[in-house]
Amino acid sequence: MSLPDVIVVGAGVVGASCADACARRGLRVEVLDAHGIGGGATAAGMGHIVVMDDSEAQFALTRYSQQLWQALVRELPKTVEYTSSGTVWVADDDQTTTAEMDEVRRKHAYYAARGVATEILDPRALAAAEPNLRAPLSGGLLVPGDAVVYPPCAARFLLERNGIKVTLAPPVTDLRNLRAGHVVNAAGAGAGALTPGLPIRPRKGHLVITDRYPGWLHHQLVELGYLKSAHSHDGDSVAFNAQPRATGQILIGSSRQFDAEHTTVDHALLARMLRRASLYMPRLASLSALRVWTGFRAATPDSLPLIGPWSENVLLATGHEGLGITTSLATGELIADHITGSASAIPPEPYLPDRFSNSHALHH
Amino acid sequence: MRFTINGTPIDVPDGHSLAAEALARGIPTRRSVSGESRGPLCGMGVCFECRATVDGVAHQLACQTFAGAPPAPVPHLATDLLIVGAGPAGLAAAAAASANGTGVTIVDDNPTPGGQIWRGGNPPIPNRVQFLPLTRVVDAPQPGELTAIRAGAIVRLRYKRLLLATGARERFLPFPGWTLPHVLGAGGLQALVKAGLPIAGKRIVIAGTGPLLVAVAAYMRDHGASILALCDQASARDQAKFLAQLPFSKWGQGLALARSLRGVRPRAGTWPIAAAPGSVTLNTGRTLPCDYVAVGYHLVPNTELAQLLGCATQNGFVVVNDRQQTTVADVYCAGEPTAIGGIDLAQAEGELAGLAIARAAVPHALLERREQFRRFAERLARVTELRPELRQLPKPETIICRCEDVTQSQLAGASGARGEAAQGPAPMNDWRAAKLHTRCGMGPCQGRTCAPILEFLYGFAPPPPRPPIFPAPIATLEESLP
Repeated sequence: MSLPDVIVVGAGVVGASCADACARRGLRVEVLDAHGIGGGATAAGMGHIVVMDDSEAQFALTRYSQQLWQALVRELPKTVEYTSSGTVWVADDDQTTTAEMDEVRRKHAYYAARGVATEILDPRALAAAEPNLRAPLSGGLLVPGDAVVYPPCAARFLLERNGIKVTLAPPVTDLRNLRAGHVVNAAGAGAGALTPGLPIRPRKGHLVITDRYPGWLHHQLVELGYLKSAHSHDGDSVAFNAQPRATGQILIGSSRQFDAEHTTVDHALLARMLRRASLYMPRLASLSALRVWTGFRAATPDSLPLIGPWSENVLLATGHEGLGITTSLATGELIADHITGSASAIPPEPYLPDRFSNSHALHH
Repeated sequence: MRFTINGTPIDVPDGHSLAAEALARGIPTRRSVSGESRGPLCGMGVCFECRATVDGVAHQLACQTFAGAPPAPVPHLATDLLIVGAGPAGLAAAAAASANGTGVTIVDDNPTPGGQIWRGGNPPIPNRVQFLPLTRVVDAPQPGELTAIRAGAIVRLRYKRLLLATGARERFLPFPGWTLPHVLGAGGLQALVKAGLPIAGKRIVIAGTGPLLVAVAAYMRDHGASILALCDQASARDQAKFLAQLPFSKWGQGLALARSLRGVRPRAGTWPIAAAPGSVTLNTGRTLPCDYVAVGYHLVPNTELAQLLGCATQNGFVVVNDRQQTTVADVYCAGEPTAIGGIDLAQAEGELAGLAIARAAVPHALLERREQFRRFAERLARVTELRPELRQLPKPETIICRCEDVTQSQLAGASGARGEAAQGPAPMNDWRAAKLHTRCGMGPCQGRTCAPILEFLYGFAPPPPRPPIFPAPIATLEESLP
């Protein structure tokens, strides 16, 4: 029996996307994951497809990937729950500052210069768009092209549409035991255990989901202070992030925590996160919470993922931190481009893992 | 007292539940996610089928909404011994511990003490014991502290020692028509009758397995219902063997039940295979027109709080030593969560726990009694063991998860599915995969109804609980910890 061209380790949405992109280019692909399809950060995350402007490289990857999602919409089964809810970045300035509204205008100009339509909301427009927000807030930026999906079923769809073989057991412990032309490490926060020396730190997050309240929330709401939380690389941080699910449920985040190894709920941090959310949406406090869960993001020092060749036949597709759902499809294309030697739609260099090759000794 | 349920006003007499009154009037409590009209199933606040918009507030449990003065708020409470559950185990523990000088507080999510077995009987609260009814424990934010909800408000409960006497709930099995509003749990129907549902003159089919069915039949009969059939899936041979080994002390209970059952002939090896509006069909092929079908397949222990606290479990039961101590320091457990052995075992374990917690002497006879009823629990487990044919009850379109309306065909790719080949490249081979890919167990009952079903149908181990262990207002999780 001949070897597969590609073995992907990790059946999360990133691994599934890599496998799907390779299969569509005629490669023989297999996927391994002991934890099931979409069982890691794919299950734990929010499923927000969002264009980000943190850096040019981040914008390029998220924009490219968002367009790939949009091109896929008509094929997606209902279970993927693709909903064009859009994002509203919420500004909350006190009387002494206009910093967050300045940021709204900056973002608006940045996106406009790159062909992404957005709309500045004044306090009244914001209140009309989301009546359950505290009033008055300073305003916000509506990004209508952003969307929400249910990631585990997205991963499943990507694996099933070309009948990719998925083996759920036993756990992979050593990539060298895998016989294939190429091995893609898409093991998320667990990638470092398979490829020593990766600059990846698991970053724990908490989410809360409510019972069904159809019409209570319309857009994914994110506070503009979110980037501060996402960027702080020391200490625990929280930010207001609320998402309407297709079911009418409301998904509430977010927290970021390094060096937390256990999946148990940190009640003090959870309380902080929910008080932050209630500051923006006071009526949240009375909604019925069904579940709290935690998960681990694969964080890199520069907040960009690791996509591309690493050693011998091993490629990396990990380190997506909180943007793995958004950037999964673009990651798949970049990996398939590398393997087939094709040109990529966006410059792949910013995501190449060897940008960190001086910072660790184990790279061989 | 007037409530509105989904916008419709209903007058509910004092002491009655909104669910009982709604059911009596044929008012559905909710529309399911696929559009079915639903009514209460469990009658005890576990299945969440009776949740409704009550007086404008969404997702309220109608079976836990009682007419009468709302309980006074209790924001904080500190106690030596906190007992969760005011059934036979909790009350026996409270009496023993309190008599030996320990300060005791009992909390229970029902309006009166007694648990499920003494529901409505209002057994006395032992002297010097504080009792907080209508108080539901939802979280354990830090050692020595539980969070509870009481009439929508938060209660912080501090304790030195904790006894979990959280009882059990009914096990339900899916069959075509089991989501119809006239199909309820056996204990569920009884709880609703105790909460005001008129039953006189109603035609009832009682089915499932276990001694609870006989008790429910006797109770319904005493309240004027007509029992059309009393069906137990266990074979006549297994039942005879079980009865022959009944402990002497159980004879009294048995004889009293037999007397109230006069004229009702229990049918062994019989179970319902389908229900349609106004009727039920048995595996014998007979279809019986009826007002209610009361079906319960014995009991499932309530171990969620124990597991949340980190107590070890084995085969689904909380592990305890000969002093009812769990594997977590200062946490004890008594009654059904350790073994389903009925009232006698629960009382023996409760008393034992109460004495141990108060550091009082434990009489040898008490330990012997516990052993005797542990053996009874083992025989009870054997006679109520579910026959494999029951796995064939659900048809492809039968709903398995009632919160999310997940059908058997959606779960049919489950690799453990008997008689079904695993389908597709991506089998669902455990509870988590089934949940992630079908939404099974994602609803407000948190898998309390469907997890035991998936365990029976596919062999999937039930999920570990996560906070909150019951749905609770976001505010509950928002408070800063001292």
